[in-house]
Amino acid sequence: MFKKTVAELSRALASKAVSSVELTQLFLDRISKYRDLNAFITVDPEKSLAQARAADARRAKGEAAALTGIPVAQKDIFCADGWLTTCGSKMLSSFIAPYDATAIARFSGAGAVLLGKTNMDEFAMGSSNETSHFGPVRNPWDPTTVPGGSSGGSAAAVAARLAPAATGTDTGGSIRQPAALTNLTGLKPSYGRVSRYGMIAFASSLDQGGPMTQSAEDAALLLGVMAGFDQRDSTSVDAPVPDFVAALDHPLKGLRIGLPKEYFGDGLSADVAKAVEAAIAEYRKLGAQTVEVSLPNSSLAIPCYYVLAPAEASSNLSRYDGVRYGFRAAEYKDLIDMYCKTRAQGFGAEVKRRIMIGTYALSAGYYDAYYLKAQRLRRLIAQDFEQAFEVCDVIMGPTSPTTAFKLGAKSDDPVSMYLSDIYTISVNLAGLPGLSIPAGFDGKGLPVGLQIIGRYFGEERLLNVAHQYQQATDWHRRLPKGFD
Amino acid sequence: MSLDRDQVRKIAHLARLEISEAESSAYAESLSRILGLIEQMNAVDTTGVEPMAHPNDAGLRLRADAVSEADQRERFQAVAPATEAGLYLVPKVIE
Repeated sequence: MFKKTVAELSRALASKAVSSVELTQLFLDRISKYRDLNAFITVDPEKSLAQARAADARRAKGEAAALTGIPVAQKDIFCADGWLTTCGSKMLSSFIAPYDATAIARFSGAGAVLLGKTNMDEFAMGSSNETSHFGPVRNPWDPTTVPGGSSGGSAAAVAARLAPAATGTDTGGSIRQPAALTNLTGLKPSYGRVSRYGMIAFASSLDQGGPMTQSAEDAALLLGVMAGFDQRDSTSVDAPVPDFVAALDHPLKGLRIGLPKEYFGDGLSADVAKAVEAAIAEYRKLGAQTVEVSLPNSSLAIPCYYVLAPAEASSNLSRYDGVRYGFRAAEYKDLIDMYCKTRAQGFGAEVKRRIMIGTYALSAGYYDAYYLKAQRLRRLIAQDFEQAFEVCDVIMGPTSPTTAFKLGAKSDDPVSMYLSDIYTISVNLAGLPGLSIPAGFDGKGLPVGLQIIGRYFGEERLLNVAHQYQQATDWHRRLPKGFD
Repeated sequence: MSLDRDQVRKIAHLARLEISEAESSAYAESLSRILGLIEQMNAVDTTGVEPMAHPNDAGLRLRADAVSEADQRERFQAVAPATEAGLYLVPKVIE
């Protein structure tokens, strides 16, 4: 039962083959059994089981909704009323959220059970889940490697089937890169598709929440629940939510796939290149055509991002001042000293680095050279995609330049860590939807992800393209040894 | 562009982060490396390009200036480090 997708579990619940209480208990037991992965920050079996009992009662009355009784793990960046919500930081290590994020409220409204809050890089700043105040997460495919980040806990949880599905958030690759490193389907929706209300802010012009699942079909189911206009998020786009599941079966004949030459050059590991090229060959067999495209400014996406994201973070994280919520230092001599000590003790090293880079980039005398320059470059990067989409329907390439790397391998070198997101970051800068799907394994048996990038608000087509590949291949159904 | 320890101390103060002497050296080194990465931006001439702040060029929605949230002061203050009589407590700022 634990190997089933959300779609399969929904049918099992509907046919009364299993109850939500049984399912929830099954996954709670697996979370406990595999706690060494450190995938969760908070589990609260009583709360989860109470939700499961309520779901079973609603189903008995014939009131089942899309996800009634399905346990879903939530990244600990989403505020959930009454739940510890830490964002992976000491700063919020005792913060009990007093309200629900819109995403959490929509999952509850659709009948899902909150299975627990997953581990993550502190304030979503990281690509390996090693910056978490609650310790690193291990990759179920090889526990000496990282699961990617920042949504590393969600990735490990679904990869090891401690949860049938989870949510993540993606500012520069934080859904897609961990999905690639753990053999999952991970979707970063278009900017404005999913409400950011109650999702703790990192870089507000880049952050988007989305699903991390076993299949494109499950991603379609979850996105259908998460997506839609929200008055409470000023950047939420008021556009209709299509039926993502209904669009999955569209044939691929005539699909034009753009292959950016910049995504297949230096820095891409040979094993990843081989798997991605094989996946593209499979798409040709399914009736798609390929065309070379160019994203000439893509090598500048990382420098551009490491101005804009830290600048927005330095502003967003100024709210952690030890006054209204969160941690406050025990001793201080005056107000400024209280701020400085609270923030020095409450934030970890990577968060402080990014706050300082952002503060510097926004400071008098440097604003034009850094912040405005990066914003101009951002437009060029977005225009590169617009041009590429004149000759293709989707863009494909690797999600990550390498498969999972060893714990500790990059944790002392921020610049080398930042390069993990070289193929994902430009998608956030442009605001486009991007998805990673399993595309095979390297010589060591570690998963490789194929990235598919779509047009703005083109999630229907993206999920359809991913689903058709998953009908023809079984990479996404493979489980790590020891968890099957 | 590389930063020295004095510059790092100044930035840290602007960001309200206390840092020790030892930390200021380590941050000077790592922040300088990050700035080295960032300066690759200068390879492209962006003269005349309109800055892009946001993927939604349309701009932000406005709403009527009306009360839309319920009063939840007690719930929200329950998570504060120090409150009294509905107020947040901070160290004395006026002598």
